[in-house]
Amino acid sequence: MIQRGHHDMGGQPAGKVEPTEHDYPEWERRVDAMVQLLRGGGRITVDELRKNIEALPPDAYDKLSYYEKWISSLTQTLIQRGLITTEELGRKMQEVEQRKR
Amino acid sequence: MSDRGTYQPFTYYQLMETSLRELLVEKGLVTDEQVNAEVAAMRARQPERGARVVAKAWIDDAFRQRLLKNGTAACEELGLEIPALRLVVVENTPQVHNAIVCTLCSCYPRVLLGIPPDWYKSRNYRSRMVREPRAVLAEFGLRIPEAVQIRVHDSTADMRYLVLPMRPQGTEGWDEARLAGIVTRDSMIGVAVPTIG
Repeated sequence: MIQRGHHDMGGQPAGKVEPTEHDYPEWERRVDAMVQLLRGGGRITVDELRKNIEALPPDAYDKLSYYEKWISSLTQTLIQRGLITTEELGRKMQEVEQRKR
Repeated sequence: MSDRGTYQPFTYYQLMETSLRELLVEKGLVTDEQVNAEVAAMRARQPERGARVVAKAWIDDAFRQRLLKNGTAACEELGLEIPALRLVVVENTPQVHNAIVCTLCSCYPRVLLGIPPDWYKSRNYRSRMVREPRAVLAEFGLRIPEAVQIRVHDSTADMRYLVLPMRPQGTEGWDEARLAGIVTRDSMIGVAVPTIG
């Protein structure tokens, strides 16, 4: 039998629904914008993004906020597509972090 | 990570966002102007757009029928583009109350409603809505009479649902703009109903 994915939660027991909201900060909106632009330009597809969110380890899936999952998945998708490399991103993250200090 | 409601000045994921964006700009895959324009367009997509669709359907029966037949095409009539998505509009009646969930993720007609709220993407809503919708709706303060059937629609990445709520009694003679004013985001996914006063 195929095991149900961690993201496939319909019908599972769960707690009370808390109708929480927060105003999406700029960085979250920019993640969304990058996704829309790259999708619109045909560089990536919604299914790749979905697959990479679903591939997150269960504890990360539960712990990460929505756009934290998106940026993780977007990065992974772009690496898989060969549009960026892990090394390039690593270098850039180091550079940005030092600049911010 | 322990406090997800507060955003620290620069978290690991924010660092990732800034770095990825700069990398994509350097590679010529996106420009800062495009990103800023997309963010601005996102801010313009608010539930008022969906409310316009609902109000129009309440006062124009021919439009209502077109909307129920082909949601995407009917929205385009109002200048609301729904790119590459099939929009299915489901109508509440005295016998049937509709509600929407995306059990697998977060698929929601954001062109009409804006970015979905956090709870819509939460484990609790996604898990329980398909099994015990009446109980979940009651937690939202919406008590659906036992005689009314509840129909829950589960979205996918390629198609979205919008609930066409019932026009409340006491709104006879109201114009479209006034009607649109009582149509809330939550009423268009079926966890609330429009009310007056």
